[in-house]
Amino acid sequence: MTRSQIFRHSAFKENSVWKQILGICSTLAVTNLMLNSLIMGIGVIFSLAFANLTISLVRNYIPRSVRMMTQTLIIAFYVIIVDIFLKAYLPAISKQLGPYVGLIITNCILMGRAEAFAAKNKPLDSFIDGIGAGFGYTLVLLAIALIREILGFGSLFGFTILGDWWIKWAIMVMAPSAFFILAIFIWIINNKYYKGKA
Amino acid sequence: MDINAFILFWAAIFTSNILLTNFLGMCSYLSISREVESSFGLGMAVFFVLTVTAGLNWVIYYHILVPFDLIYLQFIVFIIVIAAFVQLLEMLIERFTPALYYTLGIFLPLITVNCAIFGVSLFLVIRKYSFIQSVAYGAGSGIGWLLAILMLAGIRNRLKEKMIPQGLQGAGISLIVTGIMALAFIGFSGIVIVQ
Repeated sequence: MTRSQIFRHSAFKENSVWKQILGICSTLAVTNLMLNSLIMGIGVIFSLAFANLTISLVRNYIPRSVRMMTQTLIIAFYVIIVDIFLKAYLPAISKQLGPYVGLIITNCILMGRAEAFAAKNKPLDSFIDGIGAGFGYTLVLLAIALIREILGFGSLFGFTILGDWWIKWAIMVMAPSAFFILAIFIWIINNKYYKGKA
Repeated sequence: MDINAFILFWAAIFTSNILLTNFLGMCSYLSISREVESSFGLGMAVFFVLTVTAGLNWVIYYHILVPFDLIYLQFIVFIIVIAAFVQLLEMLIERFTPALYYTLGIFLPLITVNCAIFGVSLFLVIRKYSFIQSVAYGAGSGIGWLLAILMLAGIRNRLKEKMIPQGLQGAGISLIVTGIMALAFIGFSGIVIVQ
């Protein structure tokens, strides 16, 4: 596969969220605001790409028995960088995201890509794969946040776009709506994208 | 945080259920909920590991990380503690109660990467719980998670014979069921308020 094929494969065809149903926790938790989703997505792209690169670089030196633990520690290293960066430069958002930044470590997407791709492929390919998978994840996050923020707050990236006449849907801010919207999202994608193939 | 540990325990089960309001532990929740029996095994394992690691991580955080000014290492340390505890538990169960090992043991490796366990450890630091509160919160969250996965497994069993649109089968319908469960749990909010 060429690099652009790898990117498209991991971002769309094998998208972690809608195809493999991984990383659902944060997909549901941070998507009530667009800005939070965007920052979260960038954090995941960064840690996923560099964790993939590092794991791929050392893939031949890790003993099989401690493979998982080593991968987790490599991932944790990059997530700590993201966390400290957010705390220093974007303290307000860091506070809103709360534990979900740290939870990138146990996000199944990172472990999944490390196991499925980085442990078997060349460093640069793994890096591209990481960016692709992270991009696909961010796309889903933004799509869900778009609906939730407009209906729930009447705003977009914090700017009011629907005026005072808009009656805010309280349910969009709360937990259940996240489940419903993700379910509908997966439904639409399944019908459009994998028609007859699933 | 000044909440009675007993109240916190109930709050963690109902009003701020770890899965239905904080969305933690979704991966294994969606994939292991086909059978009631295996869901119960996994749920029990989660409950036990959560209770113990919440206490362990509290002690390590306040008696090792804080005095030595190593708070930035909390993610790595928590993960290692959880992984080490799960490994230890697996060996102990296998050695002393083989029967239990066959029902519970297969789920233990899955627990290391269950975000509910790690999430509870992070929550108890962020919300500044005391030791007793942390253990109560861990135990309550574990039971809450067990409750949620048992309910989903039961409902999914009934759904097997129902006509579901093709695109919604599997994850889609599970998410909708979970959404309705979350709606029902909102009815409990107002009993106690934590956060």
